[in-house]
Amino acid sequence: MACGKAINNRRPKILLPGISMDLALQLLFTGIGIGAVYALVALGFVLIFRATNVVNFAQGEFSMVAAYLMVVFAVDLGWPYWLSFLLALAGMALLGAIFNLGVYYPLRHRSFLPVIIATIGASILLSNSVLAIYGPQPQVLEGWFETPGIQLGPVYLDSQYLLIIAVTIVLVIFNYWFFEHTMLGKKLQATSQDKEMASLLGISVSTMIMITFIYSAVLGGLAGILVAPVLFVSIQMGSTIALKAFAATIIGGFGDVTGAIIGGLALGIIETFGAAYISVPYKDGFAFLVLVAFLVFRPQGIFGERVAEKA
Amino acid sequence: MSAPSQNMPMAVSATRPKPLLLRHLPYFAGSAVIVALAATMQFDGYVHNILMQATTFAIAVFGLSVVLGLCGQINLAQAAFFGVGAYAVGLGTSDYHLSYWLCLGGGCVIALLAGALLGMSTLRLGGHYLAMVTISFQQIVTLVMINTIWLTHGPDGVARIGRPDLFQSSQSYLAFCVAMLALVGYVVWHLADTRLGRAMRAVRDNELAAGVVGIDVFRTKVFAFALSAVLGGLAGGLFAGGFAYVSPDQFSFAESVVFLTMSLLGGVASPIGSAIGTGLLILIPEWLRFLKSVPGLYLAIYGLSVILIVRYMPDGIWGFFRIATERWQAKAKVHAAGLALQLTPATIGGDIVLAVKGLAKHFGGLKAVDNVDIEVRRGGVHALIGPNGSGKTTTLNVLSGLYKATAGRVTLDGTDITEMPPHQRAAAGLGRTFQNIRLFRSMTALENVVIGAERPGNTLIGAGGDDALVKRAMSALAFVGLGGRANELISSFSYGHQRLIEIARALAANPTLLLLDEPAAGLNSSEKVELHALLKRIAAQGLTILIIDHDMTLVSEAAQHITVLNFGRRIADGESLAVLRHPDVVSAYLGTE
Repeated sequence: MACGKAINNRRPKILLPGISMDLALQLLFTGIGIGAVYALVALGFVLIFRATNVVNFAQGEFSMVAAYLMVVFAVDLGWPYWLSFLLALAGMALLGAIFNLGVYYPLRHRSFLPVIIATIGASILLSNSVLAIYGPQPQVLEGWFETPGIQLGPVYLDSQYLLIIAVTIVLVIFNYWFFEHTMLGKKLQATSQDKEMASLLGISVSTMIMITFIYSAVLGGLAGILVAPVLFVSIQMGSTIALKAFAATIIGGFGDVTGAIIGGLALGIIETFGAAYISVPYKDGFAFLVLVAFLVFRPQGIFGERVAEKA
Repeated sequence: MSAPSQNMPMAVSATRPKPLLLRHLPYFAGSAVIVALAATMQFDGYVHNILMQATTFAIAVFGLSVVLGLCGQINLAQAAFFGVGAYAVGLGTSDYHLSYWLCLGGGCVIALLAGALLGMSTLRLGGHYLAMVTISFQQIVTLVMINTIWLTHGPDGVARIGRPDLFQSSQSYLAFCVAMLALVGYVVWHLADTRLGRAMRAVRDNELAAGVVGIDVFRTKVFAFALSAVLGGLAGGLFAGGFAYVSPDQFSFAESVVFLTMSLLGGVASPIGSAIGTGLLILIPEWLRFLKSVPGLYLAIYGLSVILIVRYMPDGIWGFFRIATERWQAKAKVHAAGLALQLTPATIGGDIVLAVKGLAKHFGGLKAVDNVDIEVRRGGVHALIGPNGSGKTTTLNVLSGLYKATAGRVTLDGTDITEMPPHQRAAAGLGRTFQNIRLFRSMTALENVVIGAERPGNTLIGAGGDDALVKRAMSALAFVGLGGRANELISSFSYGHQRLIEIARALAANPTLLLLDEPAAGLNSSEKVELHALLKRIAAQGLTILIIDHDMTLVSEAAQHITVLNFGRRIADGESLAVLRHPDVVSAYLGTE
């Protein structure tokens, strides 16, 4: 799953420390952009956690696999970007379903330890299968737009980052509408809150869990496809993103949707500033430090209430 | 339920166990032979390297069998701890020319501290946190190894690593490592049957029950995690001396996964399983070298194996083998010791064993328990009743420390226990059972009750030696009528019998006050009659009982004193019959006209 290499940004970045307002604004924009990706993956974590009480350690690999699918369709086969995008998302939906049937569902009545070990196994299987097929060489995926970006005053707005932020905003609104205002969304919520009661109401719990896995895989995949043009498409991108996203969920408050989004954004900003002002090689370490600080001083996160395993 | 056997004359079991070291002599003799073989047989370099790797890896995997197998906590950074030990020996002997022993010890200490700190920051929280935090730690260690070039030489790694003067030749060094393996194996194997090991298994099986019987759950987990880390560090130190060269990629997350797979494949619960898993996963890749030509294929297979093992062989190869051979092994029959259970509750405070003053527990805006006073008199049965949702079980959970009181004071036998965590309340003399039975399900009835007898502050077990504990536990099991089935696993007992085992576990601890949470729930009518008789026999020994139950026949017959709750408040309190006729109580149960 993991390896300690820092993510390399494709575009050149200003690295010299300086207390300039312009640079700070630029970093804030980049931080929000990268944070939005963490937020999307964190959302996938939270949805599965709420539906199954299990943290899916392969959530990050969903992003990685989707990015590679884009490389296959859009770069290797040269298909149109929009078609590749739809196919990649369809592939992710399929992967989510297979994942549920192969990894989670057979173990659903066992305690949480076997289940998380199985998801860790799945994460290793996914990342190394891609490695075996594609080799260790990072791949390049172009962004959606021809225009690289626009200059707004002192800040350069990268078009891909703008897209990421826009998609995240749309998804957050969609998510809210879907869970609060549609019957399917309410059924999913009911399932995540009380499976027994939900099944007594005639809701098919296994279908709801299946939908949750598919939706999470698509969300994770979307994050991977969006972030791929900013980073290299690599085997490690999944585990790196997953760790950040998990840290984001803890910062925001475990199991809380708003918390996951705020946590993701906060982490993206902290990390971008940390890389610019403190150290680039240790960029991935900041997430860990923030994570441990939260675990020690505020384990319930910003929005969370209960933390310890339930009595 | 069978008839109580306390009055039946029974022979005290005749076979006294031999001293531990004598019983384990075959192990040491076998180990000595293997060490001697390692020291004398001539291997070629290839075989030597494989043996060296297997020996050191097995020690690291033993660490996982402690933390994951015994204590049920995950550690996905074993390669990082392994690396810490390896770099301590590597850098210490090559760059700083320090003594090998100093470096090996130093590496263990650093691994121990790192493990303890990681554990202390995370182990109060759920298992998911631990998994993610250990993965993150693993990444940080790799980052530091690669990027702190002035210290670690970065990706180049560390060469010319020294060995102790005594074991300069690679042959003698291998023998030394094998000896260490045997020693660590013995400790890990024996650990399961020590007080600490039992505590770890109890925490793995049921954290809540472990706390309530007097085990400091958090400390036990930190011990297990730190022990696992230190074994990783030791193994890494030995590994570095064996290969004279180490580099960061040997201690990556992928290696942590390899350790985990070894542990799961062999069987996570036992050091024998660890050894089997390690051996197989070092040999199989050597046989299937062609797989290594495709990067990633190898680990992909490991990942798939993890999923398949968890699904189809959760106890690993050794566990599978154990289950398969169990049916041919004669069950060790137990002869219940003829000793009657003795209960001598402490009497430090005055006439009132438990004084609850102004107790409140609010969940957000909901006042589940509000300003409740209870006074439980010494000796006798006190019942706490009330309709569903009246706050009975919440009160019990606050009393035993599972919930923190919002307001009020709880005094047990003169000691203020309001702020204590569950295990300290147990030490202060509080025993309890649960409405939904909470036993340690992977253990035998006897082991469950032994853990109860081990309660800190139990004055009836002498110095707490194994003999005294087993004797105490046997007498408690005999008291509830299950002495003859002590060595059976919990899963083979009926629901009613499991309840009795839970009561026996609480009684073996010789508590000052026993809290029973709906003991009659789920019992049939004849079992209820026997439960009633059991309560009488317990009360006859002077142990005070506070019981919650819905069975009014049981309550009115067994209890001398009743407190009634409704909507979280006390609505009546006093002598049994008077309380049951109290108009407020009648209307709480039946409604008003």
